[in-house]
Amino acid sequence: MSPTVDVKTLTIDDQEVSARAGQTILEVAREHNIDIPTLCHLDGLSDVGACRLCLVEIKGSNKLLPACVATVEEGMEVSTATERLQKHRKTILELLFAERNHICSVCVANGHCELQSLGQSQGLTHIRLEYRNPELHVDASHERFTLDHNRCILCTRCVRVCAEIEGAHIWDVMGRGIDSLVITDLNQPWGESGCTRCGKCVQVCPTGALFDKSKVGSDHPKYPDFLPYLNLMREAQ
Amino acid sequence: MTQTITIDPVTRLEGHGKITIQLDEQGEVADAHFHVTQVRGFEKFSEGRPFYEMPSLMARICGICPVSHLIASAKACEAIMSVRIPHTAAQLRRMLNLAQMIQSHALSFFYLSSADLLLGMESDPAARHIFGVVAAKPELGRAGIRLRRFGQHIIELLGKKRIHPGWVIPGGVTEPLEPAKRDEILAMIPQAYADIGLALGAYKQIAESFKAEIEVFANFPTNYLGLINEDESIEFTDGALRLIGPGGHVIEDGITANRFTEVIGEAVEPYSYTKFAYYKPLGYPNGSYRVGPLARLNIVSSMGTPLADVELAEFKQLALGPVQSSFHYHHARLIDILYGIEKIEQILTDPLILDKHVRAIAGVNRLEGAGQAEAPRGTLHHHYKVDENGLITWANLVIATGQNNKAMNLGVLQASKHYIKDGKFTEGILNRVEAVVRTFDPCLSCSTHALGQMPLVLTLVNSAGEQIDQLIR
Repeated sequence: MSPTVDVKTLTIDDQEVSARAGQTILEVAREHNIDIPTLCHLDGLSDVGACRLCLVEIKGSNKLLPACVATVEEGMEVSTATERLQKHRKTILELLFAERNHICSVCVANGHCELQSLGQSQGLTHIRLEYRNPELHVDASHERFTLDHNRCILCTRCVRVCAEIEGAHIWDVMGRGIDSLVITDLNQPWGESGCTRCGKCVQVCPTGALFDKSKVGSDHPKYPDFLPYLNLMREAQ
Repeated sequence: MTQTITIDPVTRLEGHGKITIQLDEQGEVADAHFHVTQVRGFEKFSEGRPFYEMPSLMARICGICPVSHLIASAKACEAIMSVRIPHTAAQLRRMLNLAQMIQSHALSFFYLSSADLLLGMESDPAARHIFGVVAAKPELGRAGIRLRRFGQHIIELLGKKRIHPGWVIPGGVTEPLEPAKRDEILAMIPQAYADIGLALGAYKQIAESFKAEIEVFANFPTNYLGLINEDESIEFTDGALRLIGPGGHVIEDGITANRFTEVIGEAVEPYSYTKFAYYKPLGYPNGSYRVGPLARLNIVSSMGTPLADVELAEFKQLALGPVQSSFHYHHARLIDILYGIEKIEQILTDPLILDKHVRAIAGVNRLEGAGQAEAPRGTLHHHYKVDENGLITWANLVIATGQNNKAMNLGVLQASKHYIKDGKFTEGILNRVEAVVRTFDPCLSCSTHALGQMPLVLTLVNSAGEQIDQLIR
């Protein structure tokens, strides 16, 4: 006997859609080709709702919900691109750009960067905030890879892919709030950590914060698409 | 009463600079200085960055000659990696550097200086610019624009962008040359020959009428420095440096990049942010020297290409021994362009140029490295130190303008003394003093954003700091 499928019906941007209970708004939206911008979310990893770019409006509630973790409910009326949301998304991006030192022109990820692409797609032309210009270091102790904190947006994709997919949990976050840093082991140089050198963290990093030393110039496309496939094959075993 | 004449900013230069001329009680020129008034700080803020990021970071110094910085920087990185790059990569870079030399020289000669040369030093300042040249001599103006486009288009084809191209990386270049691009460049060459032929012909005709300027435009004996091949032919990308004395004798040969700091020092003067390079064994200021097109032609015995060799022979007739007047930089620049076109054609007809192996890969094998190349305006030297992880701990750049700095200052003094008498000056005299600096084609901030119509205010100030007279254009 097959279990009963619990179906929810709702509207996203006035489009009537149906979904399975427990699905996130983001999943359902993407199934119906409705684009919601994301940054910390990556197919194949758990969601943490950290970047807040996927915030959506639900009719009847003044609270904005992150679509990557909010699950669908019967009769929901979701809006993904209201003026209010667009304003918030732009502000979030401005905060990210102002927080650390993002210099696209000399970045190895220039042209392949999710933060840069989002800035372009969301129509970001100026940063109204003062740049913080923090003094951050570069960890080039690893034989193959480099970590540049200047370009890190603290999405924690590296932390999640290392713990959930590679099973090594070398990456973690230390510090609080705006002063947080991603670290390897207990804040040891990456090259001296227990890193397995698989390179998954580099492939999932949305910016040039983690990069391959052999890729120089603006020559560093990343290929995070392997994750869902890897998960699928593991489940099949 | 003593007076100071200030020309600020100096127009039709790359970057911001000013000239001050001090007059004594009799109104005669006592001293003159060319000041570079900006500080950029690239050497400082590159500290802590991975060394392999340096070429793209350093190339941002300049919008006119990013390629020279790319190449000098990549070579310094290769010294750190201890690799020798594949032959094809070296040839592709050589072509890119020549393309940049051609476009930069076209910019200097046609856009910045041709108005003085073709329309006259005293001509109406309102029309003394490239548009004035195009209006008065349309064929020549178009030839200049086409030559600049020729160089820029090659840079775009190879590096994907005209300004700040990527492509050149430590170890070589990112991708090989496609046959279609080679054919496209080869197809542009006949027109480039025609354009430079026209320019050389026109220049030789008008040079006769500038005898007075030739006499006083930084016309004095100095040493000269530039890259040269073992067969004594001109070189822009590899080879080693040669320094010759005012009489043409070789003072030192085979100065490789890692020996540069051993023999070249940098002095500091309080009136300029640009340093003054000198040859250490002779001390400062005796060891000062000139670099750039004039220096290159003075040190070589051949160009290594047939048409440019004919022009070089004619150029060498201008003087017994080294050609000393900086006015002849203009002539040398045009010969450089001709050589560049010929050399690019030679490089492209080598079948190996399409080889796919264009990159050597290595990590940090030495903690220090230096690289040098000829930028359009002279020798460019990059020198880095790194920690064991390859992060920059120290960087030093010696740019062409610093090496020409002493000669530019003395040139400004020479011309001022000649033209300014009894404390009197006209706009045309002022323009001649600026034109001395223009012959060197200095790149002051190494930035391209300050061209053309800039306001110029010349102020006469007495010893009490009071304004006596002012000329605004």
